[in-house]
Amino acid sequence: MGTDSMPAPQGIETGLDRTPAASRTGTYLELIHSWIVTVDHKRLGILYICYALVFLLVAGAEALLIRIQLFYPDNHFVSPYTYNRLFTMHGTTMVFLVGMPILFGFGNYLVPLMIGARDMAFPRLNAFSFWISAFAGLLLYYSFIGGVGLYGTGSAPDVAWFAYAPLTERAFSPGHAVDYWAVAILASGIGSIGTAINIIATVFCMRCRGMTLSRIPLLGWLYATVSFLVLVAVSPLTAAQAMLLIDRYLGGHFFDTQMGGSAILWAHFFWIFGHPEVYVLVLPAFAFANEIIPVFSRKAIFGYPAMVAASVGIGFISLGVWAHHMFTIGMTSFGNAFFTLSTMLVSIPTGIKTFNWLATLWGGKIRFATPMLFSIAFLFQWVIAGLTGIMLSVSAWNWQLHNSYFVVAHFHYVLVGAIVFMIFAAIYYWYPKMTGRMLDERLGKWHFWLMVIGFHVTFDVMHFPGLLGMPRQIFTYEPDRGWTLLNQIVSVGGFIQGIAVLILVYNLVHSYFRGVEAGPDPWDAWTLEWSTTSPPPAYNFVVDPVVASRRPLWDLKHPEDPDSAFE
Amino acid sequence: MRVIIFRRWIAAAALLLVCACANAAPSSTSIFSNKTTPAHELNDLSIFVLGITGLIYVGVSGLLLYAIVKFRARKGDTTEPPQVFGSMQIELSWTIIPILIIVILFLTTARVLFSVQDAQKPANALDVVVVGHQFWWEFRYPQYNIATANELHVPLSSKAAPRPTFMKLTSADVMHSFWVPQLNGKTDLLPNRVNEMWIDPQQAGLFVGQCAQFCGPEHARMLLRVYVDTPEQFKAWVASQQKTQPELSELPGGAQGSANETAPNVGNQGGVVQAATNKVPPNSPTTRGNVAGLGESQEISARTGQYVFEHEACISCHTVSGTVATGRYGPDLTHLMSRETIASGAAPNTKDKLLEWVGDPNQIKPGCLMPAMHLSDRQNEQITAYLLTLK
Amino acid sequence: MATVPLQHATNEAEWRLPSRGMVAMASLITAESSIFTIFVVAYLYYLGRDVSGPTPKEVLEIPYFGTVCLLSSSGFIMLAERAIEHGKMAAFKLWWSVTLLLGAIFLVDTGMEWRKLIEQDHLTIHTNLFGTCFYSLVGLHASHVIVGMLMMLITLVFALTGHVRAEHSYRVKVLALYWHFVDAVWVVVFTVVYVVGR
Repeated sequence: MGTDSMPAPQGIETGLDRTPAASRTGTYLELIHSWIVTVDHKRLGILYICYALVFLLVAGAEALLIRIQLFYPDNHFVSPYTYNRLFTMHGTTMVFLVGMPILFGFGNYLVPLMIGARDMAFPRLNAFSFWISAFAGLLLYYSFIGGVGLYGTGSAPDVAWFAYAPLTERAFSPGHAVDYWAVAILASGIGSIGTAINIIATVFCMRCRGMTLSRIPLLGWLYATVSFLVLVAVSPLTAAQAMLLIDRYLGGHFFDTQMGGSAILWAHFFWIFGHPEVYVLVLPAFAFANEIIPVFSRKAIFGYPAMVAASVGIGFISLGVWAHHMFTIGMTSFGNAFFTLSTMLVSIPTGIKTFNWLATLWGGKIRFATPMLFSIAFLFQWVIAGLTGIMLSVSAWNWQLHNSYFVVAHFHYVLVGAIVFMIFAAIYYWYPKMTGRMLDERLGKWHFWLMVIGFHVTFDVMHFPGLLGMPRQIFTYEPDRGWTLLNQIVSVGGFIQGIAVLILVYNLVHSYFRGVEAGPDPWDAWTLEWSTTSPPPAYNFVVDPVVASRRPLWDLKHPEDPDSAFE
Repeated sequence: MRVIIFRRWIAAAALLLVCACANAAPSSTSIFSNKTTPAHELNDLSIFVLGITGLIYVGVSGLLLYAIVKFRARKGDTTEPPQVFGSMQIELSWTIIPILIIVILFLTTARVLFSVQDAQKPANALDVVVVGHQFWWEFRYPQYNIATANELHVPLSSKAAPRPTFMKLTSADVMHSFWVPQLNGKTDLLPNRVNEMWIDPQQAGLFVGQCAQFCGPEHARMLLRVYVDTPEQFKAWVASQQKTQPELSELPGGAQGSANETAPNVGNQGGVVQAATNKVPPNSPTTRGNVAGLGESQEISARTGQYVFEHEACISCHTVSGTVATGRYGPDLTHLMSRETIASGAAPNTKDKLLEWVGDPNQIKPGCLMPAMHLSDRQNEQITAYLLTLK
Repeated sequence: MATVPLQHATNEAEWRLPSRGMVAMASLITAESSIFTIFVVAYLYYLGRDVSGPTPKEVLEIPYFGTVCLLSSSGFIMLAERAIEHGKMAAFKLWWSVTLLLGAIFLVDTGMEWRKLIEQDHLTIHTNLFGTCFYSLVGLHASHVIVGMLMMLITLVFALTGHVRAEHSYRVKVLALYWHFVDAVWVVVFTVVYVVGR
């Protein structure tokens, strides 16, 4: 067994019952019920991922509507009000209802398996976190039909995803659009904090015998760092949103500039959340890269201790860079200089990780299955994203680039080029484990190439309108600024990416019923999740694993050259 | 596989190429086509940073490309390569070298940052106060006692005769941002706070920009026009802006009013007529003269227009200095016809567009805060006729 | 599916891991501290920036009694923790009830302070910046006191019905950690509002 590009692994039994549910008979109702009341981390992980994929399609559609409106200057495809709702919801959805859930979904699924545990530390808290996040998403989207805004019924939030005060105060945003934003995200933040607590408790307290902290897969370290960041960074957003609601409903004055309140305070609070948030989104992408790249290079990750230090270092430094989103807001030159330096510093550990990945590839025997294709694209794209980030950290130049399409291009390079690409890699890599079937490789390659082409057509080109002075969050633009052709190219790329994602969705569904059987270890990998069946039974492992190195399955498959000899 | 790499090289080359081109054939808002000292310093810094990051990109992606080509698994080879777990020297070097690069980048940035942001204001600098509104710009010149909207005039500041403009920026409602790329980076306008920026344009002409901080439905059309005038042009502009408009019903004979320098400002200063217009404070209230009959008049003229203007609540938002209109919520209209556009650049300043705007502003700029007053067509025409005289 | 065998002689030394409850409670405390920090920062930032209305100096009286009650309750809850560790359930119930009582006294004291501020000094959450920040910060703390007391009340009920035994001392400790956190936050809030801010 095994796929074409992978030899069959030694020593792993394959003849056992792989579908523990096969003997269970029951009605569809019972099946649905079991998914609703589940506290199994694997099921909750899959629920998170499916939920996120649905919203990925919704937010993607919002993006395409935006791109149609921007195809011509002075276009009337949507009204300014609708356009403002579209980009607000696109950003809010992608960050809170796609990014966070899908990454927590993978974390939920993988962390216990990889550390040899049977479930997360607090399964019921886990379920609560999922359901409150799900509720939050539905609440946010209910605003389309339930919100009563200034411009009539049906007002989704239209204040941009960072909802700057005092635009969000009652005086400038009457109606309930902003309230939906604040309450929904507050609720989803509670879910995130719950999951973060769970992951930290799991990683520190539920490891199998022999798995010291220096032996947990790098994914474990990264998710622990992510969880710490969530604890420290999502809370400020919760606090700021509570303050906003106090202003809007109890007559408070936190951001009421008429009574001495401060607009800049909201900006600080939001970005104290907002910057670590993007690291919350990107560190799991790094986690996937840390697992996938070694397996497909056939080498251990280069410099595990440095990778741990770099990951944790990124987490800590990222708490001190937030005001690089505020270089134009009027801080003192000293403030601007400080945040320039701290932002540039974060590139050091990030660079270390990039070079370590390069060194992992170096001297390896690289196999180009779909997960690896996405990972390689990620590497190239990550370098560019990081470098445009350095450009933006130069505060004086930032005064030109801030709030322009250059910034939009940069962060989409990170969010799509790095994070979404690694999410796709993770899907192709772990789908066999979750479902017992391989995703179709041919469709995978179509998905990959269309995604690469569409991504570069859109986001490479998108830098230029920014350099030519086009600000962001505008529903139309002047025809004589030289932005028209560039916008048209960007829009075309968006549709190509849309097709690529649809191919993925088809692949996911089709392969579930018709995919090649995967077996426990289709990729010839080395971490503990590959030592159990695909999909794993509810209890994960028949016998509690005991490990002696960072790559327990490598030791098993290569008894002549075990990692444990080096540790 | 090579195709991926190829594509990436193309992307990088294109980026650098267009940056170079942007300087050669500037669009009207390219950040590289700099016309002032701050913009120039920012530009030089940006080229330096682009150079360094470009080199890093070429180096790192070159190595990546090499790695994925050279270390491909050969068909049929199922052996594992040697397992390398790390190397202290290599890891140290790729920690130290980036630190050095960061130090250089930071010091260069800090130098430009302090030089631009903390520049000293010379004695002959022009002061401008910029107040952001949803969705228009208010410009006040405290040294000259003038106020205008949406189109900023500043003097040329040549190397021989430097005269920079120092601006104080604040907002009357939500956050905005002043961005004219050719003149400087952007600076935000916040309520309850004053920010500062300066420009010293070294080329005369028109420079365009727009609001760069999302401020509501018409954020996209809160456009900026900065006219850099030669010193003579600027002096003439200031002089014309300082004139007041007459209260037409005061004038004998009911003349079609035009900006009349010697129009009395009745009611001001205890009835004493001000002699030179330059010294007449703007926004001074006047008493209304005898206006019997104007309200029912079907005549489309400046007189009837001003009557409608002053009796249909326009004055609660707008100022026409020298008359009873002293509202501050909307743009100052005293010299409306000296501007090339209306509605902060959303429409050209022509009779047809003015008429359309006065009738229903939401036709041109849906979401702007000027309401449609639902006047009759005749009244709208009368108002337009009056506005056309505000030169 | 396989067990992963050991590669070398079994290290039969004890495999000790930190306990879940304490780690989780410490994580929750980290998150809550972050929230409180933001409210404290807002409070400090807005000191002296009121456009109108009463100032802290004019209307705030230091709540000595309530503070003493709340802070001493930390001592009593420690007595309760020690009692249940040693299986002394009667003592545990006693000290636990005293802690609850002291918490309740603190809340009543806060309530009386607010009543005076609202009725006599006309300071409400929408009077001015000080009002907004004061009620938000002190209110946030009070809400955490209420939550803590609710959990302690439930525990007390279970203790009185005999469901809490010595083997649950660990869980009681986790809960007590929360209560200690609430007290520590009060030290910070007290300093910021009544010492620095006046």
